[in-house]
Amino acid sequence: MKMKFGVVVFPGSNCDFDTFYVLNSIFNSQTEFLWHKETDIKGSDVIILPGGFSYGDYVRTGAIAKFSPIMNEVVNFANNGGIVLGICNGFQILLEMNLLPGVMLKNTSLKFISRDSFVKVTNKNTFFSSKIEKDVLQIPIAHSEGNYFAEDSVLAELQENNQIVFQYSSQNGIVTDEFNPNGSKLNIAGIINKQGNILGMMPHPERNSESILGNKDGSGIFESIISNFINK
Amino acid sequence: MFKATVIVKRKPAILDPQGKAAQQGAKLLGFENIKQTRIDKFIRFEIQVDEISQAEEELKQYCDKILTNPNMEEYEFKLEQF
Repeated sequence: MKMKFGVVVFPGSNCDFDTFYVLNSIFNSQTEFLWHKETDIKGSDVIILPGGFSYGDYVRTGAIAKFSPIMNEVVNFANNGGIVLGICNGFQILLEMNLLPGVMLKNTSLKFISRDSFVKVTNKNTFFSSKIEKDVLQIPIAHSEGNYFAEDSVLAELQENNQIVFQYSSQNGIVTDEFNPNGSKLNIAGIINKQGNILGMMPHPERNSESILGNKDGSGIFESIISNFINK
Repeated sequence: MFKATVIVKRKPAILDPQGKAAQQGAKLLGFENIKQTRIDKFIRFEIQVDEISQAEEELKQYCDKILTNPNMEEYEFKLEQF
């Protein structure tokens, strides 16, 4: 079964071409850009909201992007069970739109953090993570607002429903404050919605999906999506 | 016509990393009496309508949809006719 990816492009997106490249050239998947002013997802089977600084992150991260015409279509798509992956700024947009619970605050250090981090794959039973072989991924993060916050009741629900997919950890998968780069509650680096079709993650899998880049720990996420879609 | 001023505050339970950093700076400088610094937002705009009830309605929608994220922020406002 041939599948098609749609990569949404906002003014200020800057990981759109990396994402396109990975899907198109490494995974040989049909991929199309979806400009934010469009009102058609062009038959996409999976939609990716890439990283960047949509609308300059003015007001709040993702606050303006949620009103882009294309986002109405993305919401319809998601509400009908469509597969949506938000990476970094894409995750922030999903939170602003309440497609995922919680908010992103400024990193506790107040600094933009750009470096590799280790994340534990806490839940491998998802559409986005089932083909990931390793238990801990070394994967780049690059953000100022990655400090995930939600009220305790929401956090309890996330845990209860296994919605936490990625957590910042040590190289061996130990999840403690010591390995939390930005102050995120429960070291959260990525969560999924209850229905399992929308994932938001701060790390950038599109930045390390081929071995020439040092490691390809990010590739398992795209492999999972493609394999699960084909076997759907 | 109304002049609107809105103050957007993080809810009390929400961490304010900027406020915290300023607070630490206050401590470093020896301002022992300064406590509980929070950095909020002050926003101004005009609303070109005649009725205050309509101004208030539009202001609230603007605040709820764009200026604040109700998950983490709350706001108070003032409207002045001019």
